[in-house]
Amino acid sequence: MSQQGSQHERAMSVSASTYTGEALRADLAIIAEWIKPDSKVLDLGCGDGTLLAYLRDERNVTGYGLEISPFNVEECVDKQINVIQANLNDGLKAYFVDNSFDYVIMSQTLQATEQPDALIEEMLRVGDEGIVTFPNFAHWSARVQLALQGIMPVTKNLPNQWFNTPNVHLCTLNDFEVLCARHGIEILQRTVVDRSHRKGSWLMKLFPNLLGEIAIYRFRRNR
Amino acid sequence: MPETIPDDSVGIVETQIIHFSEPLTLECGKTLSEYDIAYETYGELNADASNAILICHALSGDQHAAGYNSMEDRKPGWWESAIGPGKPIDTNTFFVVSINNLGGCKGSTGPNTINPETGKYWGPDFPIVTVKDWILCQHRFMHALNIEKWCAMIGGSLGGMQVLQWTIDYPDLLDHAIVIAAAPKLSAQNIAFNEVARQSIMSDPDFCEGYYLEKSTVPRRGLMLARMLGHITYLSDDSMRDKFGRELREGKLNFGFDVDFQVESYLRYQGSSFVDRFDANTYLLMTKVLDYFDPAGDFDDDLAKALQKTSAKFMVISFTSDWRFAPERSQEIVKALLQAEKPVSYVEVEASQGHDAFLIPIPHYMNVFGSHMRNIARDLPAREVGNKAEVAS
Repeated sequence: MSQQGSQHERAMSVSASTYTGEALRADLAIIAEWIKPDSKVLDLGCGDGTLLAYLRDERNVTGYGLEISPFNVEECVDKQINVIQANLNDGLKAYFVDNSFDYVIMSQTLQATEQPDALIEEMLRVGDEGIVTFPNFAHWSARVQLALQGIMPVTKNLPNQWFNTPNVHLCTLNDFEVLCARHGIEILQRTVVDRSHRKGSWLMKLFPNLLGEIAIYRFRRNR
Repeated sequence: MPETIPDDSVGIVETQIIHFSEPLTLECGKTLSEYDIAYETYGELNADASNAILICHALSGDQHAAGYNSMEDRKPGWWESAIGPGKPIDTNTFFVVSINNLGGCKGSTGPNTINPETGKYWGPDFPIVTVKDWILCQHRFMHALNIEKWCAMIGGSLGGMQVLQWTIDYPDLLDHAIVIAAAPKLSAQNIAFNEVARQSIMSDPDFCEGYYLEKSTVPRRGLMLARMLGHITYLSDDSMRDKFGRELREGKLNFGFDVDFQVESYLRYQGSSFVDRFDANTYLLMTKVLDYFDPAGDFDDDLAKALQKTSAKFMVISFTSDWRFAPERSQEIVKALLQAEKPVSYVEVEASQGHDAFLIPIPHYMNVFGSHMRNIARDLPAREVGNKAEVAS
């Protein structure tokens, strides 16, 4: 770190050092690509703040994260993320006025919420566009376990047993798209990834609901 | 008394006093022609005076926030848990200033000091001050120390309210605002508790309409009652249950009106030891300062509007079992900051200790606080971080 650098440079180099050597999770990397520079973002269930810190440093994005876990809140503060300690349902309603963000992001959390449909509506109340990622319950590995073994699937992306999973509202790509259609929501971008192949092969593009492990959607209200 | 000073304490500190001879016109319309402000400092001011932090005290606090005034002191300053070398408010990095606000009773001009115009104690004639008056005073005080702006202001409870008011009154003269266990204004219930406290003091026959010092007496019973009541609101139901339960002091019921339960004994002790260190008129004054605090009042009751101009970055902290200034009250501040699109982090610490939790080194609280302060330290101009040798080279 340059000792004679300006305060600004120093601040930048300090925050940039947060990621050195850390690969962004595949779904987060894609979200980062989708987000326009200089935009305003709300990250629901922002975890340890990795995405927001990356967006701040690489895309000049400003915004806030909502997070409930004390440990994660500590991590966010450490990364100099604006974090609000609150749960999603109460937090969104209590704190944020209509149309205050360009994007509202919810990564790997939708399936664990009480009312995913209401939450998606809330996302589009507060933000212009929503971005969600969730584990695809129709991935072939899940289908095989259910069809052939007759058990609730346990996979890399769904590591819990049925009795201790936080995922109370699992869905598939098709399910999500039906929900969007019913709620007058336009899907702007969709992609699927698996952990090793990132965006994956042409096969995955052809059969996303079968081969995609994690679904990523960008959407907005129909205009 | 400390036999040895712990390594993470600022050690022996001395109260200093600055005399201000420029008159100060207060919100109530009255003018103080001159006044003293008592303060303590910990750590060293750096070359460009960019590492100064102001600590704002709460209702019954004073300038003695950390360390010991002498080896005979039974206890360290009121925020020893957070201020010191290696602690969240790290005195190796920051120049920490703690003042006794105007109207206090620990060396700053207040009801227990002499009114130069009459040669007698101010007593009840000391004007009612407000948080805004304090901020005006703190601003003059800052310049008297040759500091252009505070790197951070930190306070709990009434202290947090001062931080909030500063960000409104001097929006450019603060980098970091840390508002702990505070509220944007008092609720009717808060004011009601304050009124009972005032009534207990004022109805004590020894109060003598506030001129008790002239008569060499003290409204002991009234002030003690006020403190006992206050103390109940600082603790939570759970923390009282944990601390005392229904434990009996003598192991049996006495079938009388004297102390049966430990909690009674505790409250009496707290009340009576408070009388020895605090002035009743100052207590009355401080409760009024609290009641009158309403920074949004000047901005159509819109706190977001009040905060619109501030350039400070905020951290707001609350405690789950605090019912005096509950998390919901801190959330009101956070909501206003979000509406004003200001940088803010909000931490709601799981704690059983009630309002008092802000003085207790709860791990999650100290971790977040410490990590935030280390970030602030890192963003100080580079040459000022670390040892002085770097500056010279």
